[in-house]
Amino acid sequence: MKFTLSWLKSHLETTATLDDITETLTDLGLEVEGVEDRATRLAAFTLGYVKSAEKHPDADRLRVCQVETDEGTQQIICGAPNAREGITVVIAKPGVYVPGIDTTIGVGKIRGIESFGMMASERELELSDEHDGIIELPSGKVGDRFIDWLAENDPSKVDPVIEIAITPNRPDALGVRGIACDLAARGLGKLIDRDTDPVPGTYPCPVSVSIDDDTLEQCPVFYGRVIRGVKNGPSPAWLQDALRAIGLRPISFLVDVTNFFTYDRNRPLHVFDADKIAGNALRVHRAKGGETLMGLDEKAYTFDEGMTLISDANGVESIGGVMGGLPSGCTEETVNVFIEAAYFDPIRTAYTGRALKINSDARYRFERGIDPAWTPHGIEHATRMIMDHAGGEASEVVVAGAIPDTARAYKLDTDRVQSLVGMTIPADTQRETLTALGFTMEGDMAHVPSWRPDVQGEADLVEEVARIASLTKLEGRPLPRLTDGVPRPILSPKQRRETAARRACAALGYHECVTYSFIDQAAASLFGGGDDATMLENPISSDMSHMRPALLPGLLQAAARNQARGFADVMLFEVGPAFVGGEPGEQQNMVTGLMVGRTGPKDVHGTSRAADVYDVKADAEAVLAAMGAPAKVQILRGADDSWHPGRHGKICLGPKKVLGIFGEVHPKILKALDVKGPAMAFTLWPDEIPMPRKSGATRPALTLSDLQAVERDFAFVVDADVDALTLVNAAQGADKALITDVRVFDEFIGGSLGEGKKSLAITVRLQPTEATLKDKDIEAVAAKVVEKVTKATGGTLRG
Amino acid sequence: MDDLKQKYLGQIADAADEAALEDIRLAAVGKKGEVALKMRELGKMTPEERQVAGPALNALKDEINSALAAKKAGLADAALDERLRAEWLDVTLPGRNRSAGTLHPVSQVTEELTAIFAEIGFSVAEGPRIDTDWYNFDALNIPGHHPARAEMDTFYMHRAEGDNRPPHVLRTHTSPVQIRTMEKEGAPLRIICPGGVYRADYDQTHTPMFHQVEGLAIDKDISMANLKWVLEEFFAAFFEIDGIKTRFRASHFPFTEPSAEVDIQCSWVDGQLRIGEGDGWLEVLGSGMVHPKVLQAGGIDPAEWQGFAFGMGIDRIAMLKYGVPDLRAFFDSDLRWLRHYGFAALDQPNLHGGLSR
Repeated sequence: MKFTLSWLKSHLETTATLDDITETLTDLGLEVEGVEDRATRLAAFTLGYVKSAEKHPDADRLRVCQVETDEGTQQIICGAPNAREGITVVIAKPGVYVPGIDTTIGVGKIRGIESFGMMASERELELSDEHDGIIELPSGKVGDRFIDWLAENDPSKVDPVIEIAITPNRPDALGVRGIACDLAARGLGKLIDRDTDPVPGTYPCPVSVSIDDDTLEQCPVFYGRVIRGVKNGPSPAWLQDALRAIGLRPISFLVDVTNFFTYDRNRPLHVFDADKIAGNALRVHRAKGGETLMGLDEKAYTFDEGMTLISDANGVESIGGVMGGLPSGCTEETVNVFIEAAYFDPIRTAYTGRALKINSDARYRFERGIDPAWTPHGIEHATRMIMDHAGGEASEVVVAGAIPDTARAYKLDTDRVQSLVGMTIPADTQRETLTALGFTMEGDMAHVPSWRPDVQGEADLVEEVARIASLTKLEGRPLPRLTDGVPRPILSPKQRRETAARRACAALGYHECVTYSFIDQAAASLFGGGDDATMLENPISSDMSHMRPALLPGLLQAAARNQARGFADVMLFEVGPAFVGGEPGEQQNMVTGLMVGRTGPKDVHGTSRAADVYDVKADAEAVLAAMGAPAKVQILRGADDSWHPGRHGKICLGPKKVLGIFGEVHPKILKALDVKGPAMAFTLWPDEIPMPRKSGATRPALTLSDLQAVERDFAFVVDADVDALTLVNAAQGADKALITDVRVFDEFIGGSLGEGKKSLAITVRLQPTEATLKDKDIEAVAAKVVEKVTKATGGTLRG
Repeated sequence: MDDLKQKYLGQIADAADEAALEDIRLAAVGKKGEVALKMRELGKMTPEERQVAGPALNALKDEINSALAAKKAGLADAALDERLRAEWLDVTLPGRNRSAGTLHPVSQVTEELTAIFAEIGFSVAEGPRIDTDWYNFDALNIPGHHPARAEMDTFYMHRAEGDNRPPHVLRTHTSPVQIRTMEKEGAPLRIICPGGVYRADYDQTHTPMFHQVEGLAIDKDISMANLKWVLEEFFAAFFEIDGIKTRFRASHFPFTEPSAEVDIQCSWVDGQLRIGEGDGWLEVLGSGMVHPKVLQAGGIDPAEWQGFAFGMGIDRIAMLKYGVPDLRAFFDSDLRWLRHYGFAALDQPNLHGGLSR
């Protein structure tokens, strides 16, 4: 919403400065987005008096002028035809920036004679397009600032333009009057009475108006009247200046009047050329669907059923509350004008405007809510203004429907207001505030003015009182702690797990990513998603059409982008939700790590190698441990087909309880997502980790043996598809008391062992607790290890 | 005897290596060495002579032995020095690679603000990202026709044919979590709700997903003055600038009444934004007293309870604090960006040690 300072001052008598006004507006909730203060740009220009003007000896058109300025008499060379002795002019002294020619004036020589400044034209000061000569002022004292002269004699030329942001609840502030009312309520001035007496009609209105019964909800009231014999044409300068200043193009006087009241009073009007209304009757009705109209914006519109239309005998002439039609619109030639002032329902108007994609000033206002009670005043004000300037003779006013009743009242609880705001605001002040905003106080009850459709309850009264009292002035008050003493932890175990997972992944060398929750359908389908349940109705692009079924596709795409940038070794992770369906709660938290390329850059020590499954297995286990998962897990196979079928493992607590999956990503997926592989990854489900049975922070007692521990190595030849874990578990089971650790330290496949065989070597650590182990004790355990392993794996001790 | 001493000490001093030294040892103090031979001669001596010669021989033996040991140690040191002189490494070569990862600024800043709000008793509430339009809009006093619905650029989920429920939405703010937590826990209540939110907007300063933290405090006598204090304390703690100025401006949100937008003090120096200095203002937050209808939607009696709520962008305050220029880069996973703007695993923010390094 834009308006000029003088426009505001036509409603508000105030001595406040521009800064005061803009600061107050922002504080009141009418946030100032910008002030275009034309005066500041012209602040350096001063008045001068031409004492003499003589022809330049070397140039016929130039004159050498002696100009009296506030810095004494200066010599200025000027080429303007009207530069002559005895006129008061506007001077730009050396060093002054001239906006119209984008130049800073310097001291110069023109054809050999020195010149100390410039006398400006209106165009050079961007006041108008006038450039036939320099400005000649009819009054003014040498040395005065030009802007002060303008403010005194031609204020619209230096009128600052203020632009404010309007929150959706404040349609009243879409009129300058409403803004003035807010400022007056704050005490920044006094509202100026601008009422006008009704203009009596001298003849019956030749155009009749009706509203269909089924349309009264969307257009409850319609006022109209004809003014005949008007002389349309350009608007008076003040009106053109005012409209131009706020960025509107003056069109013709009749149209400009409607625009004026749109901004002055938040009262959109429409003017028809009465001679173009076929059948001399206008009917407001719901669209049947399929009707068409050429709008004032010269675009053709087709209407959906239920839109509010205004038609004559020829068909649709106007879109109620949104835009008038071109065929019946006023032109320079219009002599008989029909003025419409109606009230259109906000919701219906918003719907129609959205559907037709019309963003008009009328729609913007009707959909937020204009003052229905001012409808009859609106038509009188417009009549008065039209007749004052364009003459004519007004008919009686025709009315269809009735002004909707907006009367309502809410209780003002002045104690509650202070309790909510946390500020001392005396009860009387609260009442005065509401009264100044147009509420009528009746005891505790505040009757809401018709122009405040947003006020719908007691809470809205609190807001009005608070914002007029000023939230900027509100002093902070400490929020008492809920409990005395040291704050207690507030994170849930699940929340702590996520943090632990993040920090563990980062410590292991992975970089955390946050990727979009929506991905393309093709990528989603690779991971079991991409169905209609997880589809967006209105994605912003086809790349972002489906909710991700896993974190891995987003990370793989990120890896591909990094590969394209020349980074071959990529370690990324993400912690966040993936979506199994489209209902609230059909999401699960995941931790996914991705490792592509080598374990590190090529290095002089030769430690860098291609990342493999055992890297991500170790990382998955480390992150699980950081999240408090039990150390004893099963590794099973048979995860979904996004994984390499032979190179992945599920980390399980029992066959149904999967804590995570690690492995090599299926090559088909890498191909589809354009990742240069192989790629290793893990995905963990933190919420699957059982909650620890917590019984305080105390740890179990540590028993340490002083007796010497013994390690013995064994190598077994087993079938190649025997899991090492089976072998380890078997060895472990040989003597649960004595054996504290079993480690695989070598794997050898094929060779002399023959096809389909492998050798696994293990170290078994024995820790006696009662007496030092003797050779025969060790032999006995070793025999048991061999026996157990042989039985469990079908393998043999390697000779 | 002095001759022997001279002879062997001289030889020891001149010995070039351990082998020469061993030869000298055998010749001097070995079983058949000269000193041993002299020892044998002791038997032939008179007791008086023996009294003199015995200790002298023992002393000579000790002296030669210690000279041998000293020389041996000397030779070993020299040999070690010699070896170490050869064992030169180019220590300017890089150490073995240990890759360090990073945390994303969104995670780090979420932990920072969690630490701050925990200090004044706020716990962390979470909720679904896909939610019903009731939780996202109606419960927040945003009815179907409200312009705020259109202005929020909502993403809607697809509805199967025949399913006539209103479409679910991707939450446009974390406010649905407030409603769900009110329903579950009632009053009094102090929570923050951080998390991802979605709006169908993509340009230089908007991404279709971003992160928000909302706060909610409900009690018997909580006021807007408390809200102002909480936010002032938050900004001072978060930006680590004491006395950072904030400005409350009246505004409007459907879910709070009265409502205020909050600006923080800032200045622009050479095109760079500086928080906490100068006389400019930067809008960072929306807030207000929870609308009675919102309390009701959460199952809390507005006649008995009142409270405040606020919401701000996590990505946005991360950008302001750490000088990150472009929001879109947050979601691009560019390794260079992650390394530059990310945080080390051990940089866990807390209030006693400080939030940032």
